Amino acid sequence: MSLEPGTYFFSGNEAVAEAALLAGCRFFAGYPITPTSELAERMARRLPQVGGVFIQMEDEIGSIMAIIGASWGGLKAMTATSGPGFSLMQESIGFAAMTETPIVVCNVQRAGPSTGMPTYVGQGDVMQAKWGSHGPYEIIALSPSSVQECFDMTIRAFNLSEKYRVPVILLMDERLSHLYEKVRVPSKNELIIINRKKPREKKGFLPYKADDDLVPPMPPVGEGYHFHVTGLTHDERGYPHMDPEVQESLIRRLNDKIRKHVDDIVEIDTFMMDDADIAIVAFGSVVRPSIRAIKLSRERNIRAGLIALKTIWPFPDKFFEDISSRINTFIVAEINYGQVVREVKRAIGDKAKVLLLPKMGGALHTPEELLDILMREAK
Amino acid sequence: MPMQFVKYHVRDKYLKTDRLPHIWCPGCGIGSILNAFLLGLEKANIDPDKLLVVSGIGCTGRVAGYLNMDTFHTTHGRAIPFAIGLKIARPDMHVVVFSGDGDLVTIGGNHFIHAARRNNDLLVILVNNLNYGMTGGQVGATTPHNAITTTTPYGNIEDDFNIPFLAAAAGAVYVARWTSLHVRRLAWSIAEAFHRKGFRLIEVISQCPTTFGRRNKMPNGLDMLKWFRDNTIVKHNADLRETRIELNRKIVIGKFIDIKDKPTFEEQAYGLVEKVRGVKRGE
Ligand code: SF4
Repeated sequence: MSLEPGTYFFSGNEAVAEAALLAGCRFFAGYPITPTSELAERMARRLPQVGGVFIQMEDEIGSIMAIIGASWGGLKAMTATSGPGFSLMQESIGFAAMTETPIVVCNVQRAGPSTGMPTYVGQGDVMQAKWGSHGPYEIIALSPSSVQECFDMTIRAFNLSEKYRVPVILLMDERLSHLYEKVRVPSKNELIIINRKKPREKKGFLPYKADDDLVPPMPPVGEGYHFHVTGLTHDERGYPHMDPEVQESLIRRLNDKIRKHVDDIVEIDTFMMDDADIAIVAFGSVVRPSIRAIKLSRERNIRAGLIALKTIWPFPDKFFEDISSRINTFIVAEINYGQVVREVKRAIGDKAKVLLLPKMGGALHTPEELLDILMREAK
Repeated sequence: MPMQFVKYHVRDKYLKTDRLPHIWCPGCGIGSILNAFLLGLEKANIDPDKLLVVSGIGCTGRVAGYLNMDTFHTTHGRAIPFAIGLKIARPDMHVVVFSGDGDLVTIGGNHFIHAARRNNDLLVILVNNLNYGMTGGQVGATTPHNAITTTTPYGNIEDDFNIPFLAAAAGAVYVARWTSLHVRRLAWSIAEAFHRKGFRLIEVISQCPTTFGRRNKMPNGLDMLKWFRDNTIVKHNADLRETRIELNRKIVIGKFIDIKDKPTFEEQAYGLVEKVRGVKRGE
């Protein structure tokens, strides 16, 4: 049984696992890695209870390919990993994007590069989440900042992956994965669950012919559709077709099905932004000290506000374009040496000042550090 | 003699004929193996609607794309893990992995041994052309010692994998080896393997005149088929320490392993569901 509605006390890892089950996930393949092993452990215990299957694979490449296979077999499927494992998964993420396979990949970011600091927080995989596989493609990446958001966004991750037939990355971080907080589990009628659309009729069915929303219906196996799925450039029949024009229209559609639905996909939280002229931009765990810093700055009559990114990819360009005329300075606080800041600069151009407040990993920004830069810049 | 084209074939129904002609070279063995596969399918009386075929990357990796069923052409080396997920999602379907040696035991070797160990319920047809054909004939983990390839121009200094030994040691429940010459026996073996369960491996040594044969004194497909005819010996239940492929020794072929009652991963995984929930699947 998946969870009854009510209030629970979960870690981020546990919340993701329970939300996945509620969203209908019935297959998990993974490989042990700090700091996300508890997620796999909970899935191993819980999946058989709901009729699903857990498998521990020999590596992360096997894990993600197994969930892609299971998704084609009709199951909602996910894997969870951290930096080194996420690196190994990149080729397959491109394969899932190319074949339009709904999957959810939870990447609990730790301090990198390489083995880095496995038990400490990092946010260095933002660009990798978007650009990690070769070729032009789009994915969706969500970034929670509380255990409740870990829960809610996992359900949303499954919904978006099914709706757009795209890999969705739940870009968590170590701090959240191990943080215990209260989680409210909604009732059945509050819960929105989206399932992939199926072909309307078999006759003349073209597996890669998209509807108006640019998403093709996904045929089930074993029902005589006789479809072919390939990572090669393919035409609407799904047949490999080495032709620049076929490539042009396929790759445009794969990207546009996300780009044209940015308004549906993007979620942003703001805090005290109504009268703000200086803003912190944060995501994940860093949202938490940022809220504190904004409160402290307000006590000092600094009109600061917070922009908390819940969706990182596709990047909310339009939101930043719109708000840039009202804000003098954006301070991007992230646990890396400058990733989201590049996107903010790109979206804003020279309409405002954009500063990076980096951390190399292992710790969150303190409210005092954030307050310091606010005070300096508000002058 | 004027060139004659065959207009149809009795097993065309299994093929996406609108995708023909195929991409394989003249004299290649993969076509014969595909034909034997279809024959085996027919003999085993398998409904193509209940069959899912997964390939990786390479010359053999293109097989899936020609079959008129639900088929998957995955990434290099990862056909097996993809197929594992697919089979778990649909335990009612037959799942066949049809791919090459480079794909399955070189880049994908780790998945291969672990799937055998777990007894994932897959029938694996491994076409061993002894080298990397599609990329121009480089050495692989299956290239015999001393063989010439584009990346072993002075002869291969490495030893090759003894695939039947590897599969059996890792836990495969059905292990057989044939060549692209032994199409009847191969078809029978495929038919038989369809009626087994668990991790089943059929290795098919295939002629690749274009990139392997021509550098190893067998420039035509026929030369390689003659090599298979003159240098193979059928030895069922052979000692698997003797099944390595060497250029100047007889190649042992036959059915080596046939275990009928080992529980599959899927049986156990869904058995677990029943045990944990106290109900049967589907209830
Ligand atoms: S390169 Fe070798 S294996 Fe590949 S199609 Fe040509 S003959 Fe066949």
